[in-house]
Amino acid sequence: MREVAIIGLGMNKWGELWEKSLRDIFTEAALEAIKDSGVDHIDSMYVGCMSSGLFVDQEHLASLLADYLGVTPIPSARVESACASGGLAVRMGFLDVASGMSDIVLVGGVEKMTDVSVDGATFALSTAADQEYEVYQGITFPGLYAMMARAHMHKYGTTREQLAQVAVKNHYHGSMNPLAQFPQRITVDNVVKSVMVADPLRILDCSPITDGAAAVILCSLDLAKNISKKPLIKIIGSGHATDTIALHSRNDLTELRATQRAAERAYKMANKKPEDIDLVEVHDCFTIAEICVIETLGFVEKGKGGKATEDGITTLGGKIPVNTSGGLKSKGHPVGATGVAQVVEIVKQLRGEAGQRQVKNAKVGMTQNMGGSGGSTLVHIMEVV
Amino acid sequence: MPSPRYWREIPQRYRLEAGKCKKCGKVYFPPRIICAECKSQEFETINLQREGKILTYTIIRVAPSQFVDQAPYAMGIVELNDGVKILSQIADCELDKLEIGQKVRIEFRKIYQEGEAGIICYGYKCVPV
Repeated sequence: MREVAIIGLGMNKWGELWEKSLRDIFTEAALEAIKDSGVDHIDSMYVGCMSSGLFVDQEHLASLLADYLGVTPIPSARVESACASGGLAVRMGFLDVASGMSDIVLVGGVEKMTDVSVDGATFALSTAADQEYEVYQGITFPGLYAMMARAHMHKYGTTREQLAQVAVKNHYHGSMNPLAQFPQRITVDNVVKSVMVADPLRILDCSPITDGAAAVILCSLDLAKNISKKPLIKIIGSGHATDTIALHSRNDLTELRATQRAAERAYKMANKKPEDIDLVEVHDCFTIAEICVIETLGFVEKGKGGKATEDGITTLGGKIPVNTSGGLKSKGHPVGATGVAQVVEIVKQLRGEAGQRQVKNAKVGMTQNMGGSGGSTLVHIMEVV
Repeated sequence: MPSPRYWREIPQRYRLEAGKCKKCGKVYFPPRIICAECKSQEFETINLQREGKILTYTIIRVAPSQFVDQAPYAMGIVELNDGVKILSQIADCELDKLEIGQKVRIEFRKIYQEGEAGIICYGYKCVPV
């Protein structure tokens, strides 16, 4: 396999972008990534998108987005793995370059979620769960993660305030990210007094509904050395795994087996251990998710994720900064774009371009992007060349 | 919901029919074509046990549109006495008295109604014993 570098980054301001269409927000991010990279063409493209069919009645993004980017007839594919669609697109692009099939690949992610009502968005998101045996019974995504939170609190003594601390920390990080949808700082008190959605999770435990896109340019490392004028960052580990789609089919409701397997594979490929990672972007779709994920990735002991968050270990300046971008919670969560945006943040940090939220001397970063209640996960590890 | 999609699941929703692997004994609800444990494709149809205990739960305050008239309502993951786990509503309970470990039993209930002229959707819910 060839070594693969990330040489271009593109991301626009996320939020409720009523004046822009799906094709507009994708094209803007893609053009920015191409410009940032210095390439004069791309050989192929992959786009992560969970549900353009339900959100904007549009499928066949492979053609639509290649067309509007002006790059037909290159090969283009849209990939889907619920909220992990973006991470999956990164892996597809990585494999394409690593295998030698393509030299320069555009990887994008996009979701346009505010063209439908909140009810419509809730329904589209719920299709990531088992329609017949979860959704039919009346569950929602906040409900599924609420049941994980309850199980975690019962088993490990995780507290309501520790959950809130995840949101407080991520909004603090997001306040330093000019692209974040909700850059406002919040307090524990704000979280624990916000509207209850599914006990014990409240509205400020949940990531928002967002329009947004992100894009990166992947390139063989040899070629990148001639093209890029930026610090070179390479992908040194890629892990991908699945678990049961239904939460209730799992043996331990606090365990994310897909994340565990994907991380094992990525660590092994990169020849790294948790203590080698300088910062990580994780899938904090709900506050409890971040707690379970940092435990599963090996940054803290099982059951200690809440305590670690409270102690500031995961805050900028702490031992392992988690979600310096603001995470899904503050930056926003346009589902298909999230996994790509996580890579954008890590590369920005590794290049030393993260401004106010820069992690000092960051050399190795990780992303973890998860679909549904944990039924699929992508983990990537990146390092400064 | 298109009626064939509803009709197909009736053996599970009305009668709790599950598939028990003839080789390793693992029980699947709903039934499957291949056993994830031992890869056998031979199953016998059994009925799920109707009693079990709550492993975790939540109270849905912001409900999907077809459940709005029922909110707030409790939902839980229930481990039945035969070890099979299901997700269902916990009906006829006091929302603030729910507990992990609480004993429940399955009852046949209306799940939701598809507007004025749509299908009335039935299935299982759990109630405290």
